[in-house]
Amino acid sequence: MEITSQDFKAVSSAKLKDEKLQKALFQAKDGFVVSRAKVVKELDNFEAIRQAASDVRDHCLAHLDEYLEAWESRAQAAGTIVHWAESYEELNAIVVKIAQDNRVKKIIKSKSMVGEETGLNEYVEGHGIEVKETDLGEYIIQQAGEHPSHIIAPATHKSKEDVSELFAKKHDRPRLEDAEKLTHEAREILRPHFLDADMGITGANFMIAETGSTVIVTNEGNGRMTTTMPRVHVAISSIEKCIPTLDDFALMMRLLPRSATGQVISNYVSMTTGPKRNEDLDGPGEFHVIILDVGRTRVLGSELREALRCIRCGACMNHCPVYQNVGGHAYGWVYPGPIGSVLTPAYNGLENAIDLPNAATLCNQCGVVCPVKIPLPDLMRKLREKQYEKNLKSKTEKWSLKVWAYVATRPKIYSMVTRVMARAGKIVGGNSGRIRKMIFAGQDWTKHRDLPSPRGRTFRDIYLNSKKINKG
Amino acid sequence: MSARENILARIRSANKTGKASDVIGGSAADRLTSSPISPIPDLTGNVTDRFKQRCEDAASTLDEVHQMEDVPKAVSRYLTEKELPMSLVCWPEFKNLSWSESNIQFESRGAIGDDKVGLTGSYCAVAETGTLVLLSGQDHHATTSLLPETHIAVVRRDRILKTMEEAWRLMRSEVGLLPRQVAFISGPSRTADIEMTLVYGAHGPFRVHVIVVDQ
Repeated sequence: MEITSQDFKAVSSAKLKDEKLQKALFQAKDGFVVSRAKVVKELDNFEAIRQAASDVRDHCLAHLDEYLEAWESRAQAAGTIVHWAESYEELNAIVVKIAQDNRVKKIIKSKSMVGEETGLNEYVEGHGIEVKETDLGEYIIQQAGEHPSHIIAPATHKSKEDVSELFAKKHDRPRLEDAEKLTHEAREILRPHFLDADMGITGANFMIAETGSTVIVTNEGNGRMTTTMPRVHVAISSIEKCIPTLDDFALMMRLLPRSATGQVISNYVSMTTGPKRNEDLDGPGEFHVIILDVGRTRVLGSELREALRCIRCGACMNHCPVYQNVGGHAYGWVYPGPIGSVLTPAYNGLENAIDLPNAATLCNQCGVVCPVKIPLPDLMRKLREKQYEKNLKSKTEKWSLKVWAYVATRPKIYSMVTRVMARAGKIVGGNSGRIRKMIFAGQDWTKHRDLPSPRGRTFRDIYLNSKKINKG
Repeated sequence: MSARENILARIRSANKTGKASDVIGGSAADRLTSSPISPIPDLTGNVTDRFKQRCEDAASTLDEVHQMEDVPKAVSRYLTEKELPMSLVCWPEFKNLSWSESNIQFESRGAIGDDKVGLTGSYCAVAETGTLVLLSGQDHHATTSLLPETHIAVVRRDRILKTMEEAWRLMRSEVGLLPRQVAFISGPSRTADIEMTLVYGAHGPFRVHVIVVDQ
């Protein structure tokens, strides 16, 4: 997928003024945040589980080569054909080759963020093969010719009215007004495709080394259909999705649905080990898994390696005050929110996503809710430092920070400057106690809100004074 | 060098340079053999009760009968109550039950697009989450629990386990190599992709009905 993260500021400003989007984001926030809190509270030992999951992910990354090899040999023993890809083009080309070798005309797809990274749909369609997204959200997005704005709720930026209009036009049927009828219309339209598609493509939430299996976690059942109905199944995944054992998978499943949608478990958890066996009555005759490494090994060797613990639940974005206001598209690539602010620059180069590490208040809501304890604010801070080192910061910002550093490290000057500012601020604020318009860098701040004016005395003055009184 | 070798080499070199924290320690081979269990939430209390509660939470309905011979009557009760057609496709293990006594037409085969009701067994169930565990394999059509609008599943009471970990333990001892597909099913198919409105029957069944059999 083409990266447009450089436009973060401009796009965010537009998104803030988009009333429809604001309404959608508000609804989604309520849904995700409230339901997650409820199911997390049910567990008496949520923190212990979270710590264990974080430790397992670290252990797995530290032995990733061994686990991938173990996974591969067991997958192959079950008849899975394993491919490795070092670039997006390579992965896409492998998919098309498999399709062509099997004379595939139609593909049904269950959502995959790796597929979004590689721009798989456009590539495959470019080779004259039809691709149907089947997750309802992804289907809506595909019909609208857009990209997902959230990793688990791809169409969260669309209103019901948008979907009504889109379906009426695309399906050439009377306009439907409610979510249930729209969902069932999509079911009706997609069902024949499930039955006659030649190939199914899914992602893989996890690859399990113990058994050589891949797992997909869905609510709609489209994942199970995609892995069962067509004669060829291709799962695309990336190296960091590998976990050691079935019991480690059970551990992850206590966290993933809870953190993602606030469910105790997702409705369909489908674990696939190899293609159709002799005794099987259904299932694909061929099963391929393509494992991608673009950017992952680079991150593994860097100070951002904890980001690879991510199990793609979306909790960090659901709880991020910046995401909650600008939505996913503003981030300009596949992964939005705090994890996107780390992965986008890490995979695509910091110079291509300059604003993202700064698109955070560092409030640590993301760090608190992350089921695998990724220290997201720390990682964003590290990226900010890198920006500074690499001279990627704006002149104004660098200059302001230099002045600040000079003043803050000299107590006498600091005391004098803050005293002057406190008094000047009080005069400017007057009776209202508010500064309505600032100049220079303060302009943008007061464009949207007032600054409460200082009361004329600094904290240090008040503190010194109170000490005197106490002594006296 | 192939992509595979390149990627594995990069992982090895990254793990040498990167600050690889590993509080668990030990080798991959150790963990793969010992498969240690991580912390599990407090699940004291009656397993069946928890399973029933969780099924309800997941929008499945539930019935209990004494023996396998009572299943057709339970199915008939359910289909009548929901005003559903009195016909179904089922896994072969149920073909010898007395369906005609309960006025139910049955066919022992996999489901196709138009079948309305599918009846399956289950390998086991997980009480923690109200989950049915279905394994693919001989006589187990995956389509039966997937294509029809209504899925009815029979679970033996002694196969209701506490956790997913217990299900894995059972499978390791009874099955060995995992079947092609292990399907964990928790309630009817659902989506909330349009304005966060919960809708059942996105692609899979609209309804899941669980019949717990005592013996």
